[in-house]
Amino acid sequence: MSALLEVKHLDVRIPLAAGMLHPVRDLSFSLGHGDVLCIVGESGCGKSLTSLALMNLLPARARRSAQTLALDGIDLLRLDERAMSDLRGNAMAMIFQEPMTSLNPCYTVGTQLTEALRRHRRVDARAARDRAVHLLEKVGITAAAERLGQYPHQLSGGLRQRVLIAMALMCGPKLLIADEPTTALDVTIQAQILHLLASLRHELDMAMILITHDLGIVARVATHAAVMYAGEIVETGSAREVFTQPTHPYTQGLLRCIPVPGKVKRRARLGSIPGLVPSLIGDSKGCAFRNRCRHAFEDCAGAHIALAELSPGRAYRCLLPPGQCAANAAAAAL
Amino acid sequence: MLAYCAKRTIVALLVALTVSVISFALLHLSGDLAQALAGPSATAADVAQVREAYGLDRPIVVQYGDWIARAVRGDFGESFFLKVPVGELIADRLPVTLTLGICALVFALALSLPLGVAAAVKPNSWLDRLALGLSVLGQALPSFWFALILIIMFGLKLRWLPVSGSSTWQHFVLPAIALGYYATPAFMRLTRAGMLEVLASDYIRTARAKGLRTMSVLFKHALRNAIIPVVAVAAVQFGFMLGGSIVIESVFSLHGVGYLGWEAISRADFPVVQAIVLILACIYVLLTLLADMLNAVLDPRIRVR
Amino acid sequence: MPPSRGAQLRARIFGHTTVLIGATVILAVLAVALAAPWLAPHDPFAQDLSQRLIPPVWDARGSWTHIFGTDQLGRDYLSRLIYGARISLLVGTTAAAMSAVIGTTLGVLGGYFGGRADLLVTFIITTRLALPVILVALAVAALIGSSLNIVIAVLGLLLWDRFAVVTRSATMQVRSLDYIAAARAIGSSTARILLIEILPNIANVLLVVATLEMAQAILLEATLSFLGLGIPPPAPSWGLMVAEGKEYMFFSPWVITIPGAALFGLVLAINLLGDGLRDITAPESRA
Repeated sequence: MSALLEVKHLDVRIPLAAGMLHPVRDLSFSLGHGDVLCIVGESGCGKSLTSLALMNLLPARARRSAQTLALDGIDLLRLDERAMSDLRGNAMAMIFQEPMTSLNPCYTVGTQLTEALRRHRRVDARAARDRAVHLLEKVGITAAAERLGQYPHQLSGGLRQRVLIAMALMCGPKLLIADEPTTALDVTIQAQILHLLASLRHELDMAMILITHDLGIVARVATHAAVMYAGEIVETGSAREVFTQPTHPYTQGLLRCIPVPGKVKRRARLGSIPGLVPSLIGDSKGCAFRNRCRHAFEDCAGAHIALAELSPGRAYRCLLPPGQCAANAAAAAL
Repeated sequence: MLAYCAKRTIVALLVALTVSVISFALLHLSGDLAQALAGPSATAADVAQVREAYGLDRPIVVQYGDWIARAVRGDFGESFFLKVPVGELIADRLPVTLTLGICALVFALALSLPLGVAAAVKPNSWLDRLALGLSVLGQALPSFWFALILIIMFGLKLRWLPVSGSSTWQHFVLPAIALGYYATPAFMRLTRAGMLEVLASDYIRTARAKGLRTMSVLFKHALRNAIIPVVAVAAVQFGFMLGGSIVIESVFSLHGVGYLGWEAISRADFPVVQAIVLILACIYVLLTLLADMLNAVLDPRIRVR
Repeated sequence: MPPSRGAQLRARIFGHTTVLIGATVILAVLAVALAAPWLAPHDPFAQDLSQRLIPPVWDARGSWTHIFGTDQLGRDYLSRLIYGARISLLVGTTAAAMSAVIGTTLGVLGGYFGGRADLLVTFIITTRLALPVILVALAVAALIGSSLNIVIAVLGLLLWDRFAVVTRSATMQVRSLDYIAAARAIGSSTARILLIEILPNIANVLLVVATLEMAQAILLEATLSFLGLGIPPPAPSWGLMVAEGKEYMFFSPWVITIPGAALFGLVLAINLLGDGLRDITAPESRA
């Protein structure tokens, strides 16, 4: 089965006063129908910009380039703004991190939901309302019909995020991109939203790209994972592979940071990765992680390291052979 | 909510009242009204006679009390000069001034809103610089001079529009432009600033992610939010336009309230002047209340109080 | 997203250029006004009915004797323009200064003390805003009889509203800052705090408003004079010159275009200065 989303050599550059910012570097991955790909990384590693690049919603000054960027066979690079807007909210939808400010305060929930549908489909007002109610119920909102007449400021953060999810689903997208959808919510609500997303994926046979810095989320919903560091993908694979056999030192470092109840001795230090993320301005040589890596050696500072494929869909960007650091892997999350 | 409205209304009334006291005091204390009425060639006896006839010999507080008691019932007394009820005079002329004001406001908004939106969509572009440049020029232009230039250009040289009187709608075009242009810079800058802020907001990002077309994003979503402060300012500006109409009306010979006030002042017809000041002040405070209400109507977040 | 290098540079130059242009023009006008007795080619009041309505030098019928032509009484326009600059500048600065004092006092007191004092100040401001300014100014001028001093006084007493509003909000912002609490804690008197702590910190805002109000005052004086109740003739007030030339404007348009252009130029320069100052000191408040 061909991939739903094919990304090859995606780059994003933004000219700044201080130099050329290069936050997305040579990204390549693919997504099959119904997959859930989690893009994991810390703040500032370029994951949000990646998702914006897919939707072509980058800031005006940003420049996107790629060898291939195709959704279900449609070449996204060729589309002008009009054609792209026909796809957005339709075949591909996106939800963002801040539910509190992502809805227009001047219009009712109902108006904002129905306009998402009526933009792309020829339906009358009643049909649009019915679909809105249907989806609100599907995302777990009670009294859905009344909610249509409410304004965003009358809803809590968790409710607003559900509304935003429903809004993204109005046209039945094949791909849903969720950029840290639960970060701004309480932990209990987080769990509910994640559960919701996972169940929706099954029900609607929709692929998802979930962007997060939380490995716990990856463990719960992902079928595939891509780890990003300093604008590059440093490891990809199925979720199980990445978690049980992390091959890149950064992934290993991340997994080590998760304390597992029962497995961690009292008074043991919590794991952390020393050092800071390098600047994304200008291009550096060698491995971007080498200053923080406990296994770094001379060659790491040399030529730029390419993504090495271990098997279809499984790759990593490191000079060390795959098994070398596996001994230290914490198969914690699973 | 009701308590808030009541409080605002009381303050508004107090303001209008204070304005009437101030203007009354100014008129009576700044000169001898009896002298002004009697004319420069009057004798002392004439002046005394005039003073008694118009009740100007009573204590000023009594004069004011008498006047305001009748004013609240709509009786503004009689014009010294024309011997007709002041209320009638004003009612006659008010439609012209209101029409002029509305046309001026519409012109100002029609010019400034699109410019403000266009400037915000491409900040620091040539269009933005042009809009800002025009607004700086507009604020420096003396209104009476601009009015005369318009008359020379469009009334005389090109002969497109009439330059005096108020019989047809064409008569209001040049006056509306001359009166309205001064508010355009403020509206344009406010719209631009508001749009810049709104366009950077998350809900506009959501709108674009939904695939809405650019026009829809700009006008249905962005402007709808950005325009809220503009509307409030517009209501108040309308009040200023009414007060400032005197210049335009005299240049274009429009027989509105401003022109009436101008005539009354030159004839020392102070009941008319009094009444006009009070009415204009009342209209102004009404407009500020209206601005508040419009804010609540346009912004759902404010409604819950 | 931080501004690109181009935008930063442009913003700084733009802010400085407008200040430079504005300041240069104003200083030039000031210099001309001060040097009027030596610069003006003729006596601005000297009438010569045989030389009525001569066009400016760029018209075919004009001559270099009267570079800007003459008005309906034969008075040299250039000389009147130069002396008129004195009137505009004098009225502008004095009225602005007067209203600055009134408005700032009100605004600072209301903003600093809050509570009932602030309610009173807001009430006063609203009342002033509800007053139809031109009408009242005209009425007073008509009754007292107008003159330069009356015009300045009336303008100064009526144009303080923006000062009050702006200084009030600026004071409220500054009032809650830590160094004010510190000053209070060491026992500084209120007057001392107001003068030494608050005033210097709202000075840049005050300056911007002062330039804009000066422009306002100049325009308003011109308007009053135009309506016949400002500076009385035969003073060469630019507004008055437009009024006097109105009758002849159809055949001799320069009688109104020249003084009007002078007004426009001066006010524009002052506005540019004010805008530029605002861009330099507080670009976020641009609106």
